Amino acid sequence: MNIPSGYKFSTDHEWVKVEGNVAIIGISDHAQSELGDIVFVDVDPDIAETSAGSSFGTIEAVKTVSDLLAPVSGKVIELNSNLEDEPQIINSEPYTDGWIIKVEMSDSSELENLMTPEEYLEFIGA
Amino acid sequence: MKKTTFNEMHKLSGAKLVEFAGYEMPIQYSSIIEEHKAVRNSVGVFDVSHMGEVLVEGENALNFVQKITTNDASKLTNGKVQYSAMCYENGGIVDDLLVYRLEENKFMLVINASNIQKDFEWMQKNNNYGVSLKNESDEYSLLAIQGRNSKPILEKLVGKEIDLKYYTFSFYQLNGIDCLISRTGYTGELGYEVYFKGNIEQAEKMWKSIFDEGKQYGIKPIGLGARDTLRLEMGYCLYGNDIDETTNPIEANLGWITKLNKGEFNGSEVLNNAKKNGTTRKLVPLIIQEKAFPRHGYEIVDGETVIGVVTSGTVSPILEKPIAMGYVPTEKSSIGSEVEIKIRNKNYKAIVTKLPFVETNI
Repeated sequence: MNIPSGYKFSTDHEWVKVEGNVAIIGISDHAQSELGDIVFVDVDPDIAETSAGSSFGTIEAVKTVSDLLAPVSGKVIELNSNLEDEPQIINSEPYTDGWIIKVEMSDSSELENLMTPEEYLEFIGA
Repeated sequence: MKKTTFNEMHKLSGAKLVEFAGYEMPIQYSSIIEEHKAVRNSVGVFDVSHMGEVLVEGENALNFVQKITTNDASKLTNGKVQYSAMCYENGGIVDDLLVYRLEENKFMLVINASNIQKDFEWMQKNNNYGVSLKNESDEYSLLAIQGRNSKPILEKLVGKEIDLKYYTFSFYQLNGIDCLISRTGYTGELGYEVYFKGNIEQAEKMWKSIFDEGKQYGIKPIGLGARDTLRLEMGYCLYGNDIDETTNPIEANLGWITKLNKGEFNGSEVLNNAKKNGTTRKLVPLIIQEKAFPRHGYEIVDGETVIGVVTSGTVSPILEKPIAMGYVPTEKSSIGSEVEIKIRNKNYKAIVTKLPFVETNI
């Protein structure tokens, strides 16, 4: 299973990549593979903040729908607008072009609750 | 968990396996959308060996089948297949099924995997006709080869023309194994279902022959995920979703397989009344114009009031739009009627449309 270094993972299968005080958030390769073909990413375009552990939207695959749970809290600074027309980028590039939301973290200590790639691999039993 | 004779083939093909009706079955191999399009545009193969087969034999076989099913089996001749349903006395559906007339006094009933035990017990309970009932579900392997290129592949493998009309069958040899091949399916495309009895080795050889011959057409193995999206684009009912013991064939738009003038049968009295007096609700196809995806169990509402329920929903890979089926009050069931579906606390407009959602090529 392909997991790049420098990423942190939640038990809800979201990843975080930190750049300065900004957390880029997406879903893991394992999560996209379990969901299958993703057809819609539903995040309120007016969303202002995320709260760790709370839903910030949903992700619709052909077979199922799943909540997106924020791994960290903060002020939303950008949504990935490419997902509007091409949500399947999450299937093909979950760790890069398939990012979902960027958040200016309000409490970077929340990162300590997240798993390293090695821990995450063990968590999913890969 | 039970395994079909093709289990190893699924693993080699990269299938994601899940438990379904007690069997380990492939939900998808590559992607539901890719698999779906392979069937619509060319050809795909489904392992549906989990389906049940019951043989009914005896002097009163026809009378027995007439009593337990809603369609008119007396219209069948040898080599013909009929879509039908079994009902309880109250009109609720025990299962939907295919009835094959093998011989004058011999029928094969093909039933849903999740209902095999229940159906077989129901058949035994209704056997006041002295017919022999054999549950041969575990002995049959069954592959559905569906899509416009299914015909040349199978013709090459059986070494002759397959001249079957829709819902007919005949016997052929494939890899030296006797097969019953019927022109039937659950996709809305030209397609065949191949029944045979054989061991794992023979089944694997069958699988490989089909894929070798199908290579030139880009043949793909198709999982249960795409099986569901393909059937839903046609508006075909799925037992457990759209129909069950709480729904009757008249409200489920299965009036066309309910032949009330054939004489008395299980549920006929209730169904006669339902037909005569109308039902309070109807199963209808629904389409949503927004990016909001209805799923099984979501409420159909009128403002704050719940008026119905979504029984199946998905995104149509061909239309690229959400499609659904659900029960609505009869007064809202005509084509063009508007209802609302509640999706995560928000109501979305859904329009009653006509079937199939996507053009059929059977």
